[in-house]
Amino acid sequence: MSSTEALDAIAIGPQGVALSALLVLVAIAVSWRRQLGLGRSLLQSSVRALGQLVLVGYGLRLLLAEGTSLWWSVGWVVFMVLFAGWTVTQRAVEVPGLLGLAVAATAATAVVTLGVIFGLGIFPLEPRYLVPTAGMMVGNSLQAAVLAVRRTVDDLTENRAEVEARVALGQPWQQAARRGFRRSLRDALTPQIESTRAVGLVFLPGAMTGLILAGADPLDAVLVQAAIMFLILGGVAISSLVIQQGIAGRLFTDDDRLAPLTRR
Amino acid sequence: MSHADADALFAFEGVGVTASDGTRVLHDVNLVLPADRTTVIVGPSGSGKSTLLRLCNRLEVATAGVVRHHGTPLLELDPRAHRRRVGMVFQRPSPFPGTVADNLLVAAPDADAAAQRDVMEAVGLPPGLLDRTADALSGGEAQRMCIARALLTGPEALLLDEPTSALDEDARDEIEELADRLRERGVTLVWVTHDQAQAARRGDHVVAMRDGTVVFSGHVAQAREAGVLS
Repeated sequence: MSSTEALDAIAIGPQGVALSALLVLVAIAVSWRRQLGLGRSLLQSSVRALGQLVLVGYGLRLLLAEGTSLWWSVGWVVFMVLFAGWTVTQRAVEVPGLLGLAVAATAATAVVTLGVIFGLGIFPLEPRYLVPTAGMMVGNSLQAAVLAVRRTVDDLTENRAEVEARVALGQPWQQAARRGFRRSLRDALTPQIESTRAVGLVFLPGAMTGLILAGADPLDAVLVQAAIMFLILGGVAISSLVIQQGIAGRLFTDDDRLAPLTRR
Repeated sequence: MSHADADALFAFEGVGVTASDGTRVLHDVNLVLPADRTTVIVGPSGSGKSTLLRLCNRLEVATAGVVRHHGTPLLELDPRAHRRRVGMVFQRPSPFPGTVADNLLVAAPDADAAAQRDVMEAVGLPPGLLDRTADALSGGEAQRMCIARALLTGPEALLLDEPTSALDEDARDEIEELADRLRERGVTLVWVTHDQAQAARRGDHVVAMRDGTVVFSGHVAQAREAGVLS
């Protein structure tokens, strides 16, 4: 199959999108019938996603055009990291001063994973490779960071009595909260481990699907996917760990008191 | 600082606590808790009793004024060492995972079998329970285990935050009897309760609170005369 044929196969055009959007209408109908009150969010999120994707498509077209400096792509990645950091703060408003930490956690993931990908020459350092891989790394680390923060805060709220009873016995907070920290870190990493375990059997991940749709040899696609998966797994571990370590110090005072964790 | 304050277990000087949302939980508390008597703190819920008690263990820190322990401002003391000198028992017992013995070891990792048995007997629990899962204890047993845990740090005082309000009558009576034995061991008790009868039974010194401030502090007999205790 030549590359033109492959591209023809995946250029579905506006009609294709419109047809697939029919299923959103089905979801809205279900929501209406079962009185879930989700119709508005379904519609809004679908329209928003389409808008964002179209914008990104135009942006990528500019970035990937011949002669565009690589620095534009680097700027794009920096923006992704900042936006991911901001998103994390929106999911855990109880934690003071989270933005810097969240940015640090996603940035750490981006630096390490992209450093491996491009430093070791898994992919050549070109916009075509940098932007999509950074998207996958940052996107997954964002999810894990949100989960790690949420679970940590929720766990400490639920188990405040136990933590305070331990602190009242003179335990340092690191020890008093150790069980909760461990549990929430495990919770943050589990989804990624589960999806890694089920990969191929249940679902075919995005990068591989994209490559196959674009006409690449499935075995080549599998190798790319495996490399990306391993990096995501590592990246997710880095971001959850960095963010949990960071917030732990903010949720406790120097004299081991747990901050009041009320949503502001 | 007067001589009496230096002898006091705790002295509060113009103490206030304002929550992060601006709510005044305590304001202008001036109070001396004597070292050699059982103090009961009474008052309606929301009057600031628990906050006052938590200040003593440094689970809260005053936003105004000074809290002193034997004359030394609490903020000058090492918080962890202080918490072991002044134990805390909460309203709801919070057993840690593992056996009763595991729970005791959290308080005193070096406690040997003999020390564990001793403290179990001191709180009126059969040493046979040491191997029992802490979660499987009844409410009263769990509360006594929590007291045993606190005792293992060798405290001079125990802060009791409504320790019987989650228990049935029999368990409550057992905890009250245990309180007498603790006093015989020389442990000073500071006991928060909303139960006036319990306050009259157990207290030597009575502190009454309302709306975040102290409205009475004196001997239990005076408290009756003043109408603070019915």
